Formats: sequence, C-alpha cells, structure tokens
Amino acid sequence: MARPVRFNIHPIQADIKENISLANAPEGYTGEGFFTTQLSSVVGLARKNSLWPLPFATSCCGIEFMAVMASHYDLARFGAERLAFSPRQCDLLMVMGTIAKKMGPILKQVYLQMAEPRWVMAVGACAASGGIFDTYSVLQGIDQVIPVDVYVPGCPPRPEGILDGFMRIQDLVGAESVRRRNGEEYKALLHGYGIQ
Amino acid sequence: MALTNETIKERLIAKFGDQLSHFEEPYGMLTFEAPKELNLKVMQFLYDDAELQFRFLTDLTAVHYPDQKGRELAIVYHLHNLADNIRLRFKVFTAIEQPDIFTATQLYSSANWMERETYDFFGIHFVGHPNLKRILNVDEMEYFPMRKEFPLEDQTRIDKDDAMFGRTALEGPSRREAPQT
Repeated sequence: MARPVRFNIHPIQADIKENISLANAPEGYTGEGFFTTQLSSVVGLARKNSLWPLPFATSCCGIEFMAVMASHYDLARFGAERLAFSPRQCDLLMVMGTIAKKMGPILKQVYLQMAEPRWVMAVGACAASGGIFDTYSVLQGIDQVIPVDVYVPGCPPRPEGILDGFMRIQDLVGAESVRRRNGEEYKALLHGYGIQ
Repeated sequence: MALTNETIKERLIAKFGDQLSHFEEPYGMLTFEAPKELNLKVMQFLYDDAELQFRFLTDLTAVHYPDQKGRELAIVYHLHNLADNIRLRFKVFTAIEQPDIFTATQLYSSANWMERETYDFFGIHFVGHPNLKRILNVDEMEYFPMRKEFPLEDQTRIDKDDAMFGRTALEGPSRREAPQT
C-alpha cells in the first residue's frame, strides 16, 4: 500500500493579480505636459530593466544558469530576455564557472570587446576566487584579469542566488551616475587591470 | 586458438630475450618493462606482427618516482589489440637528468598530443617529435606540475588560513614567497 503524501499537499494557488510588479517612475517634478527628473534616473531605469547578459558559462555554474533561464526561475522577467553571445551586443558579462589560467587572456579579450557601459558578474566560487581548485592551473578569481561588479558565492549558487546577484547588478545600474565612465576613478581602475 | 597473455609473452621473449623484464599481470592485463632505447622496436614488433596486431595506442602517460634514483620517470604505454580485444601495458624508465625518449608519432598519430601532454606535465623530451610544446598549461610556465617536487596549491595566494588546512604556524603557503608565474 502506498505511503500517504505528506508534503506539498496544500499548494498555494498562483495569483497573477497580486504578483505583477511595475517599474515605478523616478521622482521628479510633474506639470502640464512635462516631467523633470535626473537624467541618470531615467537612463538607469531603462538600462536596468533591459540588461542583456552574455553567459560566459564554463562549468557547473553554467548549468545552474540554464535553470535560471528556464521557465521555473525565469530570468526573462527581469528584462534579460535576449542572451547575447556576442560581447559587442551585451551589457552584462556573467562569468559562470572555473576559469583556467590559459583562459584568462581570452576572458580579458571578451571583456575588452564589450562596449561601455558594461558590468561583470562573477557567479560561483570558482569565478570569484578559484573555488576549491587552488592549483597550478586555475585562475584564483577572475578579478585578477577583469574588474568585477557583483560576486555571487556558492558552489554552485542556487538559481535564486544568481537572481539575487542579478538584482544587485540592477541596483548598481539604476544608481549609476552618467559621468562615472569618464571619471578619473574609473580610468584608474581600468588602468590597474592594464586596460586603456 | 585465441591470443592469450602467455602467447604474447612467449613471442616477446623469443624476439627480445631477456631485455624485457618485470612481467606481471595486474587485473589480467599483461605488463612488462623495456629499456628505453627499445621502446620503438617493441611497439613496431607488436604492431607489425600478424598474430599480435597491437595497432591501437590507448594511452601514453608518465609517472614520477622520486625515490628510485636513476629510474625516476616511468613512461607508460597502453596498447590494445582491437581484433582479439587484448590490452597490454609496457613501461620504460628513464633518469630524471636526461629524460629523452624516442617519439612514437611515426607509428601512432595519437601519440602526438599525448606526448605533448606528457612533456607539459613531466618534462620528458620526446626525441623526434614534430611539435613538442605545452598543450594544456600556459606556455610561460617554467616547471612541470606533475612532478612530485612541485606544490599542488597555487603559490600566489596569501589569504589562506593555515589553521583551517591543518598546517602549523611554521609551514604553509602563506609563509612562502610567491614565485614567478
């Protein structure tokens, strides 16, 4: 005789009416036929809700990313519907997986081909710090070759973790100043990596 | 009559006499050792012979035995007779000061990349190889990682907590200087 089901016997019915989130307009002055706000707020709002990621998936974290792209965890609802596999067409470089020392220059080449503004997310322990592979062949963190904005820890991180990292990238994108990429601090950061 | 390990051993001894040694059969696979000058002759004999027909090189790798002076590096060839499904392993030993071995690329094309990998990790120089350079590691690497004297961990890290790795305060990678990589 089969055992009685003990779990998930009272599933919550999905309620589409309560669960639609809208992107709110930034604060500003409204008048008859005009709306003034900060340029960076509007531009940030547009950019953060339409980030096109480049999945640089090399190992196991790439599988978790595939789960994130699938319907259950759905990355598309964050605006990342189109995954660009060309660095020329993407905003966000998601490095997911172990990067070997031989792969480092190739990763840097991919980063250099991206157009500004660009962000980098290191997903998983191997991309963040080399992970458990502390050996002669593994790059101990991709921040040895490219600047990274968000690190997502985990081995592999849960899909919810990757989504949380993506949402933090969205916070960074929404709050970025329009002059950041031309400023001295950013130039010094890139210079530290040997990127002009 | 099917080909057996005994038959192969008899044919090899008939051809090469007592130059071959250390005949063993771990888990049923015939294993023997040859002097390093004879490695091509042995493989050519096993290839050409109509009865033996060992025409497939499954693997070519090396082992480093730091304690056997004069015989530190062992190069191991795994051969396979596809017609009778019999496998064979033979080893060639060389001293670490002069690790020169004749290349098997003339006989087996698959030995090309396998010898490059063996050179990359153990530093064995294959005489006559068309393109002996590193294949899996970065080209600028100066050492051979699979030799036992080189450390497993990446030496450029300075943030490892020794207590978590079971190391006492007197040793451990955080106390070593980072070498050139």
